[in-house]
Amino acid sequence: MNEKNEKKHTLSVLVENTPGALARIAGLFSGRGFNIDSLCVAETLDPTLSHLTLVTHGDEFIIEQIIKQLRRLVDVYKVVDVTEEGDFVEREMALIKVRAEKETREEIFRICEIFRCKIVDVSPKTYILEVTGDEDKIKAVIELLKPMGIREIVRTGIIAMKREKKTL
Amino acid sequence: MMMSGAQMVVEALKREGVEVIFGYPGGAVIDIYDELYKTREIKHVLVRHEQAATHAADGYARSTGRVGTVLVTSGPGATNTVTGIATAYMDSIPIVVFTGQVPTKLIGNDAFQEADITGITRPITKHNFLVKRVEDLPFIIKAAFHIAKTGRPGPVLVDLPKDVLQAKGKFDYPNEIKLRSYNPNYEPHIKQIERAYELLEKAERPVLLVGGGVISSEASEEIKELAERLNLPVTMTLMGLGGFPGDHDQSLGMLGMHGTYYANMAVANCDLLLTVGARFDDRVTGRVDAFAPMAKIIHIDIDPTSIQKNVKVHIPIVADCKRALRKLLEVIKIGAKPKKYWKERFKDWWEQIDIWKRRYPLTYKPDPNYIKPQYVIEKLYELTKGEAIITTEVGQNQMWTAQFYKFKYPRTLISSGGLGTMGFGFPAAIGAQIGNPDKLVIDIAGDGSIQMNIQELATAMEQRVPVKIIILNNGYLGMVRQWQELFYGKRYSQVRFEVLPDFVRLAEAYGAVGMQITKPEEVEPALKKILELKTLVILDVHIAPEEGVFPMVPAGRATTEMILV
Repeated sequence: MNEKNEKKHTLSVLVENTPGALARIAGLFSGRGFNIDSLCVAETLDPTLSHLTLVTHGDEFIIEQIIKQLRRLVDVYKVVDVTEEGDFVEREMALIKVRAEKETREEIFRICEIFRCKIVDVSPKTYILEVTGDEDKIKAVIELLKPMGIREIVRTGIIAMKREKKTL
Repeated sequence: MMMSGAQMVVEALKREGVEVIFGYPGGAVIDIYDELYKTREIKHVLVRHEQAATHAADGYARSTGRVGTVLVTSGPGATNTVTGIATAYMDSIPIVVFTGQVPTKLIGNDAFQEADITGITRPITKHNFLVKRVEDLPFIIKAAFHIAKTGRPGPVLVDLPKDVLQAKGKFDYPNEIKLRSYNPNYEPHIKQIERAYELLEKAERPVLLVGGGVISSEASEEIKELAERLNLPVTMTLMGLGGFPGDHDQSLGMLGMHGTYYANMAVANCDLLLTVGARFDDRVTGRVDAFAPMAKIIHIDIDPTSIQKNVKVHIPIVADCKRALRKLLEVIKIGAKPKKYWKERFKDWWEQIDIWKRRYPLTYKPDPNYIKPQYVIEKLYELTKGEAIITTEVGQNQMWTAQFYKFKYPRTLISSGGLGTMGFGFPAAIGAQIGNPDKLVIDIAGDGSIQMNIQELATAMEQRVPVKIIILNNGYLGMVRQWQELFYGKRYSQVRFEVLPDFVRLAEAYGAVGMQITKPEEVEPALKKILELKTLVILDVHIAPEEGVFPMVPAGRATTEMILV
């Protein structure tokens, strides 16, 4: 496997909202040695279907296999390689608990403003920041906050949606 | 109509046309057994171990083309089916396995005889279901049979909690079923078929590679028509044997690790490989980058995941093999080139293949002191005229059978190809015989494999199943011994059985007939005798202990790097 040809792919998957469907997908990835970088699942407007955004990486043959193997699952209704089809919106949310002492609060505020983060919890020594954006933005915020002392980070993983009328 | 869950199960089986179930009762499924007691339409075969039930259902399915059905209890009953389910999954065999489960309220409680069997079997079933409400039962059973037999076939498991079996509900069995997320594609894309034909027209050294998909889609007539019309050399995977007549002039036999020299040479030198219903398993390709290096590959398969998985394909055709071949034949007929044209066109290629055939034919060295296993299979082929259903165990016995019995018809070789399950052959033979009561069914076994499900002698006697078991007895786990001889400096680690049962007396202990032979001249009379007997027989054949299976491509090597003798 040539690692140079590896590329990150975001897949949108519609799957029957049945018990075991998620286990089947997770098991497919572990059983066949595919990678899951992130995974986000929730019900759709139609409560019998769940929408799943899955970020994975691999060369074109691996990605082709991943998509085909997903489609082969009896519970999987639809798979779209969002990355391949292009023109989509990608978002992730992170909650970041950062040390907020007297001397750093000012700087944190400034970062919040620039990146349009929200401070959603305040304690004498910490803030919790809510930041939404694509992967690069989240990464940038984390890098800037690191010197202040990050206590904890929780991320949702990426969700994605194709632009315009192209609904899934 | 109101019914209990257990009644629904039995009624649904009748609606599905199930004539036989292979099973073993237990606490969680007593209610179904109570219903079976009251019905005469479904025969139940009581096995001696649940693994054998799945293999028997599998052998029934492979030999008849119908769906095999299994019924076992919860916990250990269910977990014992795992090897059989995995075997069926790897070879794409349609079986439906019903397992009992503890009452829904107790699920997750570590209750007595509880196992999360849907969780355990998720990676080895095509699909599985845990039934939570009695009113879902008819739909789920309909779906289970539908999924098992359509598309690329495979095993489906239905887990039945005891309270669901006892609850009452309305039985409304659907005639048809539509699943929005499951729609296998059967029809080939005509453009792809035309492109395939263009490649065939340009080819100078084509090979037709036949896999198990040809058998499961009943496409052997079409394969024969195609091969004969275009004068194509035909090779088969283990699963594809019988998909094209092994005694046909154009057959090169099996390819791969223990394939013929000429089949492997033909594939290595071909410029077009037309592959139908095969999945390029590592035992077929050897080192992948050296597999058919000059060839353009056309790949017909119903499962898109099989295409482009192991080798790069130039023309993928996702379709049912039979329908794709029919379309291809139509296109060929429009091309209207006569048979003679193709005969002339591939003349040089056939001359080359005939040179390879003459140089290294499939052969072995006879020995006046020892029975050669290949001789046993050859004689068996002669005496049965290739008309028997042959099951095999796994190992040397399996490969000698694949090499020396020229399978003429589909569904006559029943062998665990993908998973390579020892202990498969005998229970599979029981299932095959029950599905084909008028045919001769023979299990070619090794002394190791046969002991893995030997308890089924009781089942076979009880069912009056006259299976013939031929043990190629070398006192070794022969295939592992062969690897140790060739690649591990003859260090025979744990492959010699110090104790073997007396198979003759063992057969007799079960009320069957047992015979033993040790000399070459005894082979023919012994085979003649067992073929005449109308009962279960074990023929214990003491063969040359260190005989190997050749040709052999060492694992991970190119298929042209064969050890020939």
